[in-house]
Amino acid sequence: MGIEQKLAGVDFIATRAEFFINWARKWSLFQYPFVTACCGMEFMSTMCSKFDLARFGAEFPRFTPRQADFLIVVGTVSHKQAPILRRVYQQMCLPKWVIAFGACASSGGFYDNYATVQGIDKVIPVDVFIPGCPPRPEMVFDGFMKLQAIIQAEKLDTHTVENKYRTLP
Amino acid sequence: MSMETIDLLKERFADAVEETHNFRSDHTARVKREAWLPVATFLRNEAGFDMWIDLTAADYQGREEGLPRFEVICHLRRMKDGARIRIKARLPESDPSIDTLKTLWKGADWMERECHEMYGIDFKGHGDQRPLLLYAEFVGFPLRKDYPIGRRQPRIPLLGSEERRFSRPEDETPHGHLPEDKNNG
Repeated sequence: MGIEQKLAGVDFIATRAEFFINWARKWSLFQYPFVTACCGMEFMSTMCSKFDLARFGAEFPRFTPRQADFLIVVGTVSHKQAPILRRVYQQMCLPKWVIAFGACASSGGFYDNYATVQGIDKVIPVDVFIPGCPPRPEMVFDGFMKLQAIIQAEKLDTHTVENKYRTLP
Repeated sequence: MSMETIDLLKERFADAVEETHNFRSDHTARVKREAWLPVATFLRNEAGFDMWIDLTAADYQGREEGLPRFEVICHLRRMKDGARIRIKARLPESDPSIDTLKTLWKGADWMERECHEMYGIDFKGHGDQRPLLLYAEFVGFPLRKDYPIGRRQPRIPLLGSEERRFSRPEDETPHGHLPEDKNNG
């Protein structure tokens, strides 16, 4: 990997705890894919070898929210489904982050009707919105790198219960 | 072939068939709603329309004075030769009910449930008109023309605008201009 040569003869590194913890967190996000609609095809492309989100450390989809710290909501969320999404979010342990993938998850998309939630930010708090119908994998990476920048800039107490885990209505 | 079916229908249910047309093999017969079940029974058992394709409704609210508000539309297909037929029936707003066809084609079950929750059509004899796609708390019929387009019926309280993002009081940077992350490359 090259790190052996770079650190040859170095026994220890001094850094700030906040910086180091955030650095570790942003490169090992365990995602929970909440995939509901056609954006899922582009999500699959993002995850598979040609584009490969694993290069950014978010490799493992965990199909239980209790093992995930990164909720990625892909596709249209209907009012019928909204309680499920909120429950999934509430089951995730701290620290946790949320990305809205695509136009529907971000704003309801063109589904301005009785069935569709007009953006998942009405159900759970969101960190990054990725527009597009669907977004190309490059856009997803851009959004993901913005999330990494957010994580790197966080203070250590960002993820206290008072600060981040509010009791949702 | 299908034209024959329409002719047969006209002959057999002379009083019930109100209108027929045939546009490029798209055969349609509009029947009185009292004849809905007998006509369907005839089509299935004698004319050989064994495949259930679709059932839906249309809301013609305010289209024409004196016109019944709803129309139920059913599409059938005969597997033997691929013939199709469409039958329709008009229902007044005061009593939007019609006989179920669930007894003839099992596939009618869910489509009638959907039609019931979306348009409020009552399928007599169906017996199980629970919501199929909507949820039990939903009030009203969303595909009717008089359902307000902006009405939402959330099942859980939604977040206000101030709660929708993670609070980062320490983060003064406006959205979209995130701090440069030097370790990202």
